[in-house]
Amino acid sequence: MSSPTAARARTTQQKVAAGLVRRYRAERRFRAYGMAAVTIGIVFVGFLFWTIIAKGYTAFAQTFVALDVEYSAEVIDPAGTRSREDLETADYAALIKASLRQKFPEVTEHSELRKLYGLVSSAGEVTLRDRVLANPKLIGQRERVWLLAKDQVDMLVKGQVDRALPEEQRNIDNQTIGWVDRLRAEHRVEKQFNRRFFTGGDSRDPEQAGVGGAIAGSFLTLVITLLLSFPIGVAAAVYLEEFAPQNRLTDLIEVNINNLAAVPSIVFGLLGLAMFIQFFGLPRSAPLVGGLVLTLMTLPTIIITSRAALKAVPPSIREAALGMGASSVQTVTHHVLPMAVPGMLTGAIIGMARALGESAPLLMIGMVAFIVDIPQGFTSAATVLPVQVYLWASSPERAFVERTSGAIMVLLAFLLVMNAAAVFLRSRFERRW
Amino acid sequence: MSTQMATTGDNIPLSAPRAAVTAAEDVSRPGAALETKTVGQVTVANPVVSARNVNVYYGEKHAIHDVSLDIGRNAVIALIGPSGCGKSTFLRCINRMNDTIDSARITGTITLDGHDIYDKREDVVQLRARVGMVFQKPNPFPKSIYENIAYGPRIHGLVANRADLDEIVQTSLQKAGLWDEVKDRLEHSGTSLSGGQQQRLCIARAIAVDPEVILMDEPCSALDPIATARIEDLIDELRQNYTIVIVTHNMQQAARVSQRTAYFHLGDLIEVGSTDQIFTNPGHKLTEDYITGRFG
Repeated sequence: MSSPTAARARTTQQKVAAGLVRRYRAERRFRAYGMAAVTIGIVFVGFLFWTIIAKGYTAFAQTFVALDVEYSAEVIDPAGTRSREDLETADYAALIKASLRQKFPEVTEHSELRKLYGLVSSAGEVTLRDRVLANPKLIGQRERVWLLAKDQVDMLVKGQVDRALPEEQRNIDNQTIGWVDRLRAEHRVEKQFNRRFFTGGDSRDPEQAGVGGAIAGSFLTLVITLLLSFPIGVAAAVYLEEFAPQNRLTDLIEVNINNLAAVPSIVFGLLGLAMFIQFFGLPRSAPLVGGLVLTLMTLPTIIITSRAALKAVPPSIREAALGMGASSVQTVTHHVLPMAVPGMLTGAIIGMARALGESAPLLMIGMVAFIVDIPQGFTSAATVLPVQVYLWASSPERAFVERTSGAIMVLLAFLLVMNAAAVFLRSRFERRW
Repeated sequence: MSTQMATTGDNIPLSAPRAAVTAAEDVSRPGAALETKTVGQVTVANPVVSARNVNVYYGEKHAIHDVSLDIGRNAVIALIGPSGCGKSTFLRCINRMNDTIDSARITGTITLDGHDIYDKREDVVQLRARVGMVFQKPNPFPKSIYENIAYGPRIHGLVANRADLDEIVQTSLQKAGLWDEVKDRLEHSGTSLSGGQQQRLCIARAIAVDPEVILMDEPCSALDPIATARIEDLIDELRQNYTIVIVTHNMQQAARVSQRTAYFHLGDLIEVGSTDQIFTNPGHKLTEDYITGRFG
């Protein structure tokens, strides 16, 4: 039986079959393009992580030298008062020098002695002072103490000095290498976990430099940013999305918000410099001003994501509330906002993560200064993690290279935690309706 | 009003359309003759809601033309008509839900118990407490069943203590025929219920504030036949205490639940009459074409 309909169906089938191979091939090709794109992305990210970690992991350990220190009473407290003030101001460097001289009695020449004293970081004095202050009974006794080694020694121990190079091309000479090798042979050289890297402030001496100050600065700056940008951003989004009439003015505002989100961040830095520092007279280099500038920068992002979160709340919920006789404000606060908050928080965290990684606008307002102290408040001078990375990256000392990568790792860890929190919030509080 | 109709749209005898000549007269207020093109009696004695010469514009679009209609007390009136005919728009005028649309403009008067609801002094929040609404798609709040019902009484300050609120929640759910199904899980989310249960929850939520009028915008269009039957039974029970305006596309449903039916066509109110009369003996050609399924 071959009716015209059946014949037509057969030809249709033939045509479909003829095209199938081509269609499937196109589909496979398309999938391959996607996989290639993802692979390229993973390779680049992997390369980035590998270089940073390979360069930076050594920053988390630091070389220490064990010295037999004699807490000589004549040096520490010649007057014998044992008063705290005397103990604080005593010449602990002399103790270290004495113990080094004792260890290497053959070194007598002035210039060689200076090199010898250079084995130990000036942080060693602080170590000794703290030990004495904690236990004044140490005075007059002998003790083996692990003292922080100088950065050149650290580099040598970490194998970052090429011994095959001619002496004049190294920043550490053969004599010093000999001393270090002797100390190592006596097991007086050791790499220990570098706590100072996480708690200490910046320093001209690489072995003493840490990201603690920058972390505190970033934290204080982000607190200001979050406290200002989240409430302002959410309020602006709620007004624009729920209450504002649709007219030219609100269109103009919308265009400008989207525009601001794309403005280069350095422009916000210049604006902050002109407005907050020059006009309002706020202090330079302060987390307060940094936070204000980053607020300007983050606001458009938060407004845009918050509006998207509000738009995602189904209109049926608004109708239900309005139909029950809820006022517009009640509708928003009782129903729309609670449903939009997870999305808003996600946007805020992503905005904060961007602000955490931002350096250009902060350069403009003086947060690029060399600051040793850990900032104590919103108006004290501070720097932030990305700026610290920039500062160290432009320092000449070899030992700052690993610290730069180490600081980047710390920054990446914070970013990772924040973005993971955003993903967690999104999946945890995502409501289905 | 007439008793509930047993007949359905399928077996309505076709009758010749009568000429559209009957000019409606306001029987409740003799002498105040009403100018209208509508066939049939638009007025009733002692109406709850009374609409006069209502026009609605969405921007340039003239959505409803000069509609006048009374809605009688403790009865169900069905608004029927093809899609886009303005029946939902008219429904949404009664509790001013059209206010939420920026471009909507309304002329004419709608009174609720003799007060103009579009008067400047009239408060829209108060109006919506008196005129409840049930929507096409069940839209419970994403909160617990208890909170869904308690929300209205709470925002309107109807209860002084928790015991009163518990009482309202229970009676509302009982009236909506949902109590036995959910009494053990009042703390569960309203969105966890089935579609039909959700819609009854929405009805319970609407009656929790004890409105005078309940507007229903195609309340069964998203439900299966069994859930639909339950809602229809519920509507019939609620008629004892409430005035119900229901928009429906389902003519059998209109025939089953309503006592009066109004037929809208392209923004005009074509014909109003008792449901019996509309389905057995329509007065206008368009009404007859629609209910006999010739278009729509």
